[in-house]
Amino acid sequence: MSSEQIPQVVDQVYRQESGRILAALIASLRDFTLAEDALQDAMVAALQQWPATGVPRNPAAWLTTIARRRAIDRLRREGTLAQKQALLQPLEETAATESLDTGEDAPPIPDERLKLFFTCCHPALPLEARVALTLRTLGGLSTAEIAAAFLTPLPTMAQRLVRAQRKIRDAGIPYRAPPLPLLAERMEGVLAVLYLIFNEGYTSTSGDALIRQDLCTEAIRLTRVLVALIASESELPDEPEALGLLALMLLHASRRAARVDAAGDLVLLEDQDRTLWNWAEIVEGIETLDKAVSMRQPGPYQIQAAISALHAEAPTPEETDWQQIALLYARLAHMTPSPVVELNQAVAVAMAEGPDAGLEMLDHLRLGEALAHYHLYHAARADLLRRAGRIEEAAASYREALNLCQNRIERRFLQRRLAELAARPS
Amino acid sequence: MQYALLIYTDETADANASKQEQDAVMAGYFAFGEQFKEQLTGGEALVATNAATTVRVRDGKTLTTDGPFAETKEQLGGFYLVNASDLDEAIQIATNIPGVKYGSIEVRPVMVFE
Repeated sequence: MSSEQIPQVVDQVYRQESGRILAALIASLRDFTLAEDALQDAMVAALQQWPATGVPRNPAAWLTTIARRRAIDRLRREGTLAQKQALLQPLEETAATESLDTGEDAPPIPDERLKLFFTCCHPALPLEARVALTLRTLGGLSTAEIAAAFLTPLPTMAQRLVRAQRKIRDAGIPYRAPPLPLLAERMEGVLAVLYLIFNEGYTSTSGDALIRQDLCTEAIRLTRVLVALIASESELPDEPEALGLLALMLLHASRRAARVDAAGDLVLLEDQDRTLWNWAEIVEGIETLDKAVSMRQPGPYQIQAAISALHAEAPTPEETDWQQIALLYARLAHMTPSPVVELNQAVAVAMAEGPDAGLEMLDHLRLGEALAHYHLYHAARADLLRRAGRIEEAAASYREALNLCQNRIERRFLQRRLAELAARPS
Repeated sequence: MQYALLIYTDETADANASKQEQDAVMAGYFAFGEQFKEQLTGGEALVATNAATTVRVRDGKTLTTDGPFAETKEQLGGFYLVNASDLDEAIQIATNIPGVKYGSIEVRPVMVFE
């Protein structure tokens, strides 16, 4: 390998291993900032030394060892504080037994990432900080990349991360799996952060589309890591919702290529070219869901994944099992009552039993009030009115949806539908 | 770490509770104190805010006013000081304070001066 390739190799190792390395460092240092700084030091050392020595056989272990030594240097330089002294002694003992000979028989770095998930997604942190911290610490994304993905100015994002790290330290947010009474709630919180990252990438089709697609890939990667970590931890109960979330993400992601056409316009599920769906992801999604369902503890992610799987399994839109989908939405509405779920349920009912049955649900006063300012409510209502042949009313609802819709691509879609209506003989 | 668990409840509702309900709450606090006595390092209940006085000194002048510092829906009614290994342990202790079921507990680390 030529020395010009070294920066690329270092970068690649960082991408793949930084979450694991940081988790190991934070486990012993108990300090996010120190761990990040020490890893940066180790990367610089790698860039300087690897061109001469060659890439070590286990680069991640090499980086961890060097980072730990650099952290000790930093602690020695920076302080005589009692707290740091207490940290230094065990660290120095670990460092003394560690060698840089990280051959195949060297012990692997213990995987401490599960604890890090709970710390980064701790409910005592603001939600947007949980998202940023998870991507930064476990995902190895740079602050600039996260800022770009969330369309946030870089200084704002950097500030957000600094504040979160400060709160972790000052409030004593722990670095461990939560005590059993808090576990279910915390696990739910971790899954919510991962789902949010995925949706941020999935629902946006504007602006930096490419960067934001990466958020989907990253969310899937992190959820896979989480699922594997839970499975390897014998003290933790089964977590079918984590599998359900992974299945849901895979099934949604499988339709990425078919969701937007060459002109960048949104393509509805029923109009999508099903040969563009990613079948590897669909198969894996369904297998993952089956595994979750076999644990016999249903949850909202599993139900949403099941709905997505029914769409994926239909060879043509006409063969979609809308009856089953409507039932699943009813179950979801029962578990997590929300007007948006009811809206989806109404659409499924319309597809199963005809537009009038769906319209009856949509026109329910309470739902209409709750969703009066939600463009998709009016778009769905417009679509059912169109199917029912009530053209004038459909046009009025499309216009209502257009008034409320901000997304450029969705607006183009609604305008197209409106134009089609106008061209129809009424 | 040491944490202060600040107990905020609606004191009007507390005052309007029946004798029986108030006794049950008191019994709940005694049980809490017993359960966590290893970790509790202090704590007091406060008399309602109608007994509160707020004082400021501005330009050398003492300004004394009737009432609490801030008018809020829930008022600081008492606090505990606890030793906990981390925030999660402090949260877990806080979830056992009787007031947590109808009021709010603010969990604040106690400052350490080195």
